[in-house]
Amino acid sequence: MGKLVQVKNVFKSFGEINAVNGVSLDIEEGQFYSLLGPSGCGKTTLLRLIAGFEKPTSGQVFIDNTSMEGIEPNLRPTNMVFQNYAIFPHLNVEENVAYGLRNKRENRTKQNKLVDEALELVGLSGLNKRSANALSGGQKQRVALARALILKPKVLLLDEPLSALDKKLREQMQSELRHLQRAVGITFILVTHDQHEALTMSDRVAVMFDGKVAQEASPRDLYELPNSQKVASFIGEMTFIDGEIIDENKNLKVQSEIFGQITIDKSRVFGQSSKSVVLGIRPEKIAIVPKTSRSKNLVSGKIIDVSYFGETTNYKVSCDTIETLTISSQNSVGQLSYSVGEEIQLRADLDNIIAFST
Amino acid sequence: MMFLLSFWTQDYLILDKTFTLNNYIEAFTQPVYQLLFSRSLYISLTVTFFTVLLAYPMAYFISFYGGNRKALWLFLITIPFWTSYLLRMFLWKVILGYNGVLNSFLMWLEMISEPLTFILYNSNAVIIALTHGWAPFAILPIFVSLEKIDRSLLEASRDLGDGPIKQFFRVILPLSMPGVVGAALIIFIPTVGDYITPKLVGGTDGLMIANMIQVQFSKANNAPLAAALSVSSLIIVAFISIVFVLINKKYLRRY
Repeated sequence: MGKLVQVKNVFKSFGEINAVNGVSLDIEEGQFYSLLGPSGCGKTTLLRLIAGFEKPTSGQVFIDNTSMEGIEPNLRPTNMVFQNYAIFPHLNVEENVAYGLRNKRENRTKQNKLVDEALELVGLSGLNKRSANALSGGQKQRVALARALILKPKVLLLDEPLSALDKKLREQMQSELRHLQRAVGITFILVTHDQHEALTMSDRVAVMFDGKVAQEASPRDLYELPNSQKVASFIGEMTFIDGEIIDENKNLKVQSEIFGQITIDKSRVFGQSSKSVVLGIRPEKIAIVPKTSRSKNLVSGKIIDVSYFGETTNYKVSCDTIETLTISSQNSVGQLSYSVGEEIQLRADLDNIIAFST
Repeated sequence: MMFLLSFWTQDYLILDKTFTLNNYIEAFTQPVYQLLFSRSLYISLTVTFFTVLLAYPMAYFISFYGGNRKALWLFLITIPFWTSYLLRMFLWKVILGYNGVLNSFLMWLEMISEPLTFILYNSNAVIIALTHGWAPFAILPIFVSLEKIDRSLLEASRDLGDGPIKQFFRVILPLSMPGVVGAALIIFIPTVGDYITPKLVGGTDGLMIANMIQVQFSKANNAPLAAALSVSSLIIVAFISIVFVLINKKYLRRY
């Protein structure tokens, strides 16, 4: 698989604001790639730079080893699904889907066949003559997808396409998009601020903050091995604990709050080496055990807050050395539940601790 | 009142109130009235056409390139209204006249050897003066309809392979059509009945139906005929306006 989209040291500023501040990315062919970040981090600008709606202040975008410098959006091998779908209100479904095809010199019968195929692909068969204004949000979404996919672009760009849909429909569209991407084999680049969406759908995710890529990894690595506290707290939740380095020869030996002396594998240490570190642990890597349990490495604490989410319950626990520790517990069969004020013990999965040098 | 009047007859000072269609028969059969009706329609349709044609680029410019100075541009467009309509029309005499500004300028440039005469005291003069006078009224509705176009639709059309020209004809023009039709109506309806402009710059070849109505009401002292002419022109204008509106409906259908 070759590198289909290459972003090389791209900067983009609007007046004083540097929206994209030196981004380099390689996106492989056939990947479902996500640009994830909080609003204003430059992810949409980056997408628009790839589409050609913005010109980089410096740096270049290559698609299929061709520089896109000076190439207008209509001549790029990319198509876009816009955030508000941008369905032409004066055209019906069929005319919308066929919009780009009409610029090509294929005969009408063939074009109409392609339109029907595209509508079938997105599950809108038979709605050919429906007026664009009579469509629901989800249907508009599908029309926008069909309209872009029918042109068989090398890259499909999606600008927060699911943000306007309600939760149920959004989850359904997430899995449909994923299946669609596998079926057509086109490279998708998705912009989203929803970390859950990025993790479930993508092959690779680039997390962006302030116009820069903070980390680029597979969804699993991003969650399990975030390379900075910022990424760690943006993707899911993480509790941070201070620690002092005792020894860093082979693996990192740390004297930490709560858990005492622990050893952390070199692969789980990020940042420049220094004397003190911050240890991070995900809420679901800590288990609550009853006060009466007897085993090694138990830490005692007291429940100060309980949030019930249905399939999981989040507890906030205070220990003698740390104010709050977040713990997420699956409400599966046999799982005990605890209430506020209860004295409990904690057992942490120490192998899952990550160290960030400060 | 006018409608009733149009079915009566006037003989010097006495108004004969017996019902008659004679006024209408006269209005539609007399060649002079036919000529005036058709000339009025020709002038005002031509004016409508040129006004919209001139107003569209201006509205387009303000809407797409006005940036944060849109309000200023719209304000500048209203400046001609600070002087009276009469005065503005009268000034066209100065510009288009035999020794007028335009002729003198062209003579000075030696582009013409003797003054042009086809530009004043005929239909052309009326068309020029009216087009200028009504252009701002056309700019506003077109501007509003252009402003309403979602800019992401323009990006979508570029993204789907349209160049700037195709984009204009496939997205911008169809979506701004309601504004164009609105502008056309705003121009067409009042210009058919205009009588100051033809009187000032139209000479005898540029007179329109409204001038005749005025003459019939005053000098000719035939109010019923004037009323019949008014009602007739009202009907004609209404009919053409409905055609405009139907065209508009066709474009509005899908909104």
